[in-house]
Amino acid sequence: MYAQLVKSEGSKSREEMTPEELSFQDRIDRGEKVEPKEWMPEGYRKTLIRQIGQHAHSEIVGQLPEGNWITRAPTLERKAILLAKVQDEAGHGLYLYSAAETLGVSRDELMEKLHSGNMKYSSIFNYPTLTWADMGAVGWLVDGAAIMNQVPLQRTSYGPYSRAMIRICKEESFHQRQGYDIMMKMCAGTPEQKAMAQDALNRFWYPALMMFGPSDKDSIHSAQSMAWKIKMNTNDELRQKFVDQTVPQAKYLGLTVPDENLVWNEEKGGHDFSEPDWSEFFAVIAGNGPCNAERLGARVKAWDDGAWFREGLMAHADKAAARRIAAE
Amino acid sequence: MSSEWPLWEIFIRGQHGLNHRHVGSLHAPDAEMAIRNARDVYTRRNEGVSIWVVRSNDITASSPSEKGPLFDPSNSKVYRHPTFFDIPEEIGHM
Ligand SMILES: [Fe+2]
Ligand SMILES: [Fe+2]
Repeated sequence: MYAQLVKSEGSKSREEMTPEELSFQDRIDRGEKVEPKEWMPEGYRKTLIRQIGQHAHSEIVGQLPEGNWITRAPTLERKAILLAKVQDEAGHGLYLYSAAETLGVSRDELMEKLHSGNMKYSSIFNYPTLTWADMGAVGWLVDGAAIMNQVPLQRTSYGPYSRAMIRICKEESFHQRQGYDIMMKMCAGTPEQKAMAQDALNRFWYPALMMFGPSDKDSIHSAQSMAWKIKMNTNDELRQKFVDQTVPQAKYLGLTVPDENLVWNEEKGGHDFSEPDWSEFFAVIAGNGPCNAERLGARVKAWDDGAWFREGLMAHADKAAARRIAAE
Repeated sequence: MSSEWPLWEIFIRGQHGLNHRHVGSLHAPDAEMAIRNARDVYTRRNEGVSIWVVRSNDITASSPSEKGPLFDPSNSKVYRHPTFFDIPEEIGHM
């Protein structure tokens, strides 16, 4: 998802837990929220920093593929909408960085870890956005997949994370709708426009399925994260939900999902579908996707080029504060 | 490495006359920039008509371990709630 392959620390049986850890787990089982200064297992804290940090990085890096089209949007209205959407993603990143910081990591540390490649962001943002139809496909599929994951996370056990998720979910449905709206427009357009929409779906379908991460039904990391309620569903559950939700939407557009094995399975009450190519997923995560170098390069450049500005504003603030004290 | 901008807690009062409410935090070099940033980060959809910003360092919070001594005493004082008292129906609304 926006946080993929997050390794969780811990995974202890009740017998192995200390009394503190036991009462912590009981609180979570009762549905209580954990707040920043309260006692928490070190593993819980570390896993959350990893997960929220990766989620935040994804929101920020996720601005780049769409930012690519702001100057080339087909109308002024579409441009304003896309700009608002991309600005929202900056906001999402900021809410999440703040939530991570309540766990005792600094913003600069998080940035440094992103820039040095020690922390990841979602694999999906390492794919290029080649045509305007990609703005439709990204909103519809990528934000759609993100929503699938974020809605249950509103109930996560860590208070600041849960509150950030609630805010984000409120804003997110606009993102998916504006994407689907672009797809509807293009599919009702000329044959060339419809072909562009189909091409965008072809390219984004499997990367969108990869967003949920490989099957984790046997993973101890996932089991621990689910016990702590920082992961609410298995990757397969969410992927299935996403496919079942998206297939009729594609049908409405008159587009074909690029999967010959896609078929409704009456017995399970869901679609059967092909798994994405997981070797491609691991290659992208390892840094070898089509746009990894470009995306990370853009982030590092923005950070480095902005250094004089951040320092300048801080120097100005310090001087003004000194003047105020002198005048008192 | 530059020094990080300080952290500010952001409080917003919405349209309907309710109190300022804590909505989150952000980094900014000074109070003025904190307000400008808060406008962009926390009021993109008309959420507010007034913003307060407070340096996070200037906030003193009750500690989680004091939860019991601080808040338990009010548990036993049920008579503070109007429903504690039975008022006969013929009295009407009270
Ligand atoms: Fe987002
Ligand atoms: Fe979004």
